[in-house]
Amino acid sequence: MSLQLDFPAVLERWPSFLAGAALTLELAFFATVLGALLGTLAAVGRGTHNALIAGTCKVYVETIRNTPLLVQIFLVYFGLASLGLKYSAFSVAVAALTINVGAYTAEIMRAGFEAIPRGQIEAAEGLALSRLQIYWHIILLPAIEKVYPALTSQFVLLMLASSVCSQISAEELTAVANYIQSDTYRAFETYIIVAVLYVILSLVMRAGFWGLGLVLFPRRRRLGTPL
Amino acid sequence: MGGHLNINHLMFLGQGALWTIGLSMIALIGGGIVGFVIALARISPLKSVRIASAIYVQLVQGTPLLVILFLGYFGLAAIGLKVSPLAAAGASLTLYVAAYLGEIWRGCIQSVPKPQWEAAEGLALSRTQRMMKVILPQAIRIATPPTVGFMVQIIKNTSLASVVGFVELMRSGQIVNNSLFEPFAIYAIIAVTYFAMCYPLSLFSQRLERRMGRGRSNLATA
Repeated sequence: MSLQLDFPAVLERWPSFLAGAALTLELAFFATVLGALLGTLAAVGRGTHNALIAGTCKVYVETIRNTPLLVQIFLVYFGLASLGLKYSAFSVAVAALTINVGAYTAEIMRAGFEAIPRGQIEAAEGLALSRLQIYWHIILLPAIEKVYPALTSQFVLLMLASSVCSQISAEELTAVANYIQSDTYRAFETYIIVAVLYVILSLVMRAGFWGLGLVLFPRRRRLGTPL
Repeated sequence: MGGHLNINHLMFLGQGALWTIGLSMIALIGGGIVGFVIALARISPLKSVRIASAIYVQLVQGTPLLVILFLGYFGLAAIGLKVSPLAAAGASLTLYVAAYLGEIWRGCIQSVPKPQWEAAEGLALSRTQRMMKVILPQAIRIATPPTVGFMVQIIKNTSLASVVGFVELMRSGQIVNNSLFEPFAIYAIIAVTYFAMCYPLSLFSQRLERRMGRGRSNLATA
């Protein structure tokens, strides 16, 4: 057993690694924003009294949460293709990741909505706030504040899960690694470097969300509750 | 073109589904054993052990499973071990599952009410006795619903082993698709099969959680 690592041979490809990491962040950003919207809508939908809407949202959430992301990506990729629709791998990746993270976001947001005390909504009604004002100030924002840690963890997991998009040749970090290792025959070194890059990306994202939390929820900072 | 989906294709997919279950069991048992050690190491009285296990968890949780699988596949080869896809996938999934189960179980152990620890100490039990006789039996009860829930993640994540050439459900679907070229139908079948494996576990975990919730609220009013 001998292990010889030759990192310089791989590290000279650093521009490709950086481009891959940038695309990974880009994928994660679009999927996070769109997924947060979709998930919030699905969570609101599950709570409505309309059985059809609530049922549809439940089926969406349960289907996505109980099937692998890889299968979902393949279904979207080949499904759109078989309908004759041609999209870039990047758009397909964003769509699949959005659908995926939307389901998890919906569950987290639902927990947040359920944690809002009924009395606060009644109090707001008593103060003659409009329905929209109640939804925004009394339900949505406090719910997001409550589930902010779970929500942001989910988005970091999404960034890591975007590595699966390498399988439909969206050129993010893992796909770049696959090219580099087949080019240099230095697979182990390549994937060690990529693992380190992912760890850095997730630390950066965590730090970013933590900072954003301080800005968005100053009350939390005053109260000293950990984010 | 290889004709239409027939019974042989379905048998092949079924075999893949069995390997998905097999690989999930390997990941759960291997990851469970290592994860238990991680959970204990995370609350060890020794600071160096705590830090080392925390770094392990951070590294694994900051890396995609796909990359861990590649590392296992090419890493074991790099140190001169001839690896089958099963060995690589089993080892990588074990390391991955251990980090997550370790953290879940650490939370469960630490959520055993503080007075229980103090009472056990007051009874002059040794650290091992406190753990084995007082804390762990209660922690296992708390840990059951999230562990069942995590099994769903394990089953879904074994689909990534297809990428290093392990013929489980996903890979067998890709192989069948290579001869039939009916991706939409085949991947839909695959998705339904995964759903059939995962959804009962999800429901079971939710039921356990509700029952636990009731148990805990009973405790609170008692």
